[in-house]
Amino acid sequence: MTVDLEKVNSIIEKYRDDREAFIALLQDISAEYRYLPEEVIRYVSEEIEVPVSRLFSLATFYTSFRLEPRGEHEVQVCMGTACHVRGAPRMLDKVTQKLNIKPGETTEDKRFTVETVNCVGACALGPLLVYDGKYYGKLTQWKIEKLLEGSNDEDDQSS
Amino acid sequence: MMKMTSPAELEKYRSSILEGIDSGRPSVSVCCGTGCSASGALEVVSAFERLLEEKGIQANINTKITGCHGFCEQGPLVLLSPGNRLYCKVTEEDVDDIIEETLLANRVVERLLFVDPVTGEKIEKEEEIPFYKKQLRLIFGDNGKMVPTDIRDYLSLGGYSALAKVLKGMGPQEVIQEIKNSRLRGRGGAGFPTGLKWESCDKAEGDIKYVICNADEGDPGCFQDRSLLEGNPHLVLEGMIIGAYAVGASQGYIYVRNEYPLAVKNFSTALEQAREMGLLGENILGSDFSFNIKVVRGGGAFVCGESSALITSIEGRIGEPRYKFVHAAEKGLWDRPTVLNNVKTWAAVPLIINRGAEWFSEIGTEQSKGTMIFSLTGKVNNTGLVEVPMGISLRELIFEIGGGILEGRKFKAVQTGGPSGGCIPEGLLNLPLDFEKLAEVGSMVGSGGMIVMDETTCMVDVAKYFLSFTQEESCGKCVPCREGGEHMLKILERITRGEGEERDLELLKEISDTMQCASLCALGKLAPNPVLTTLKYFPEEYLAHIKDKKCSAGVCKELIEYLIDPEACTGCGRCLKACPTGAISGEKEAVHILDQEQCIKCGNCMEVCRFDAVSVE
Amino acid sequence: MVSITINGREIKTDQEDITLLQLARSEGIGIPTLCFHKALLPYGACRLCVVEVTGGQNTKIVNSCAYPVREDGISVQTNTPKLKQIRKNILEFLLARCPEIDMVKKMASGLGVKEKRLPEKSLPEDQTEECILCGLCVRVCGEVIGKEAISFVHRGAEREVAAPFYSQSKDCVGCTACHFVCPTGAIKVKESGNKRFISPWNTEITLVTCEMCGISFAPENSGEYLQAKLGLPAEWLKLCPQCRRKVAAETMGKYDFTSRNVILKK
Repeated sequence: MTVDLEKVNSIIEKYRDDREAFIALLQDISAEYRYLPEEVIRYVSEEIEVPVSRLFSLATFYTSFRLEPRGEHEVQVCMGTACHVRGAPRMLDKVTQKLNIKPGETTEDKRFTVETVNCVGACALGPLLVYDGKYYGKLTQWKIEKLLEGSNDEDDQSS
Repeated sequence: MMKMTSPAELEKYRSSILEGIDSGRPSVSVCCGTGCSASGALEVVSAFERLLEEKGIQANINTKITGCHGFCEQGPLVLLSPGNRLYCKVTEEDVDDIIEETLLANRVVERLLFVDPVTGEKIEKEEEIPFYKKQLRLIFGDNGKMVPTDIRDYLSLGGYSALAKVLKGMGPQEVIQEIKNSRLRGRGGAGFPTGLKWESCDKAEGDIKYVICNADEGDPGCFQDRSLLEGNPHLVLEGMIIGAYAVGASQGYIYVRNEYPLAVKNFSTALEQAREMGLLGENILGSDFSFNIKVVRGGGAFVCGESSALITSIEGRIGEPRYKFVHAAEKGLWDRPTVLNNVKTWAAVPLIINRGAEWFSEIGTEQSKGTMIFSLTGKVNNTGLVEVPMGISLRELIFEIGGGILEGRKFKAVQTGGPSGGCIPEGLLNLPLDFEKLAEVGSMVGSGGMIVMDETTCMVDVAKYFLSFTQEESCGKCVPCREGGEHMLKILERITRGEGEERDLELLKEISDTMQCASLCALGKLAPNPVLTTLKYFPEEYLAHIKDKKCSAGVCKELIEYLIDPEACTGCGRCLKACPTGAISGEKEAVHILDQEQCIKCGNCMEVCRFDAVSVE
Repeated sequence: MVSITINGREIKTDQEDITLLQLARSEGIGIPTLCFHKALLPYGACRLCVVEVTGGQNTKIVNSCAYPVREDGISVQTNTPKLKQIRKNILEFLLARCPEIDMVKKMASGLGVKEKRLPEKSLPEDQTEECILCGLCVRVCGEVIGKEAISFVHRGAEREVAAPFYSQSKDCVGCTACHFVCPTGAIKVKESGNKRFISPWNTEITLVTCEMCGISFAPENSGEYLQAKLGLPAEWLKLCPQCRRKVAAETMGKYDFTSRNVILKK
């Protein structure tokens, strides 16, 4: 895979005087590509003269980083405590059964990536999931069914 | 915006803002905290904007998009003044009525008022709703009154007057003494006296010192730090500036959880505004004191809430805790003296400076002063953020402020302090909440999480949940936490599958002890708390799983069966359609049968049944 | 001058920056360790070196490898029943993780592990876990060699040591210091012709041929780096692997981490 390194250069430039800000730098790269491509990490390591091992270590330690491309849609099921006691595990089961993948994985057709998050701070609405940045609260298995199916035929998902 | 070059100039500017405020003008505050936004508050805001413009009265009415008001359960919330009327669960469709009735005709829209679940009575004013009535909202109260991205709102409520006071006539020593006298303790979990921390940083040698704000709120079920940063960022900022002045720091950092983009945005805006006005940067308010702050976004690691791990993370490394035989106050960030405090601790500072240590130390208990903000969540009627004086009882908090248990079920336990805290049973509900009392029963104040559990919560499952959380979040550096925690988790998994043995309970206690004594950092030391407290207060649940292979709460999949009650089943077919494995059969309008062999215990059938015909055993 | 007691024995020291572990060992008091190496900064990960420190009314359990001896009058216990229990548990954990490693087995039985109460770490078939994650390899590479060719990756139970992206690390100089410090033998070095293979880093190093004996030995391109970095004598580049290992091992043992200088004794 080849990536457009010009964007990377401008991100590197942004942190030129802030040599310890590796995490911020990786976050910006991650926001740009929606994951951390190996090629980019290696390139950044050369440019900022930091061992690749250190960047690789950071990329695997912090959960906001992914080394694999994400799917078109991101489904994050909240597994916070409030959601847990309100049935989040069953909701997660439903999502993973429906899409036939495990949390952290992407469907074969690259349409969905499912992740778990440790609380999004909307506990009054639990159990809930975040679908492409939008919160769907007071979930039921029916709602999940509709949400994930709705996106298949490009219908309005908010119904 | 003009740069202020002296405290007097700031006061003059404040007066000019206050003069410009027409207190008679009706105002609408729409809560746009995370909970309300997720329930449609943004749509409500745009409806207000659209309709006010259509009606040509936008100039007469002050519309404010504010941070979290705390009463998330009833969101989206709309607060109207004059009158301090609170409307609950407002939708776009309600907006026209609110404008026509309340704003223009000063009449109440009855259907939007809060209804007391106990008395059935409608309550008009915010302060009379039981949820708010028992609270003491010193830190959190201004959230509903201001636009967080407008520094003038903060100034109009007295903002930066504490900073002005300090710069006008308090030496750093005096500030430290004031904080010491207030007996404020760290709100991040450990409850270390803030003044002492500042003092040792002040005394530590070094020309470069740092202050850090810990906003890496990782506890699941906690969102008070987020709500403060989103709703009142200048308060936290002002506290940090005063702290930096006191200890002689020239650079500050705020480490915010990456999952909180709005908090990052609002705090960054606050920084810019403060810089423009000369409240941050070089020669603050014309004094010799210069101070700057950088925002650092966390990478997503609970362990970075631990101070030494947070510091290594700011230094650009993985969040591995270090042994702390030398405190951060002496040797912290880049080995320089560093004061690290939680969001809520910083937010308390301006209050103490303004109103005095004596006033502050009169609130709370003997050992724990001031108020604490709790995230009240789980199986409780009024989910939300509550600020109460230290020392309030759990019962008052859960049953009066919280309005009791969802669906009238029976209370079982409350878990405080996040994944490192413990589960407290009904027998201890009269416990006054403070640092010492919670620690005595095996839990902690922590960062203020409070998750209520009812009879449908399995305590073994909860212990397993918290342990799997801490295991996932363990950095993996030290053996007791990494390996010990993993073995405990395996044991709990065995028990919840019905494969546990009685001797497992002894093993759990033994491993817990080693983790508590020998783990490197607080994450590992405290991780066994949920297991130990559930073992202590709910031993019969463990034994039921082990001996009788039963989960009375109906949670542990391997130990439960879903049953269809032939008396109640109407044969409507909803469960049949919902069953993903075809385990349910039956003709239309005939009693349905559930085949246990094929059942995967997903619970769909029970969720969709309208006749309560499906039960779990 | 600080005066403390260890296991009831009064010990005085005027050495600044001395740790409890160093002081105890210098007095012939044994404290077990796994992640400690005198050439490296204390890390505090294995927790075997925990001791009980009592000052006034308070007793706390600390890792002695990093605990500075600076409070006068404290009393230290290194082998109480509590500490024995902790060490036994830690070895039980490690034994469950690495059941095939002789060194772990020996240490476990030495510290009182008699029965296997914990299930072994589950791994794909025909794989065994050899690494106890003491981190000596990572730290020697970074602190002494100055290269950071390998690092810890992932976290929690998933934590492991690896080269970036699990493939050949361009920063590896092939010094094999990681191999020397590894207490379990998890890091294996094979040489064949003028190639050196370091598993598990999936790293292959090309060697230069010795002028004297004709054997391929020093890593190409990096021999001089290492010579300068470690202050090795000029003969270093001329020695055969076996002799070089000996020299390297001696060097490691004499590395003075406080001054960060290598003291080579004749």
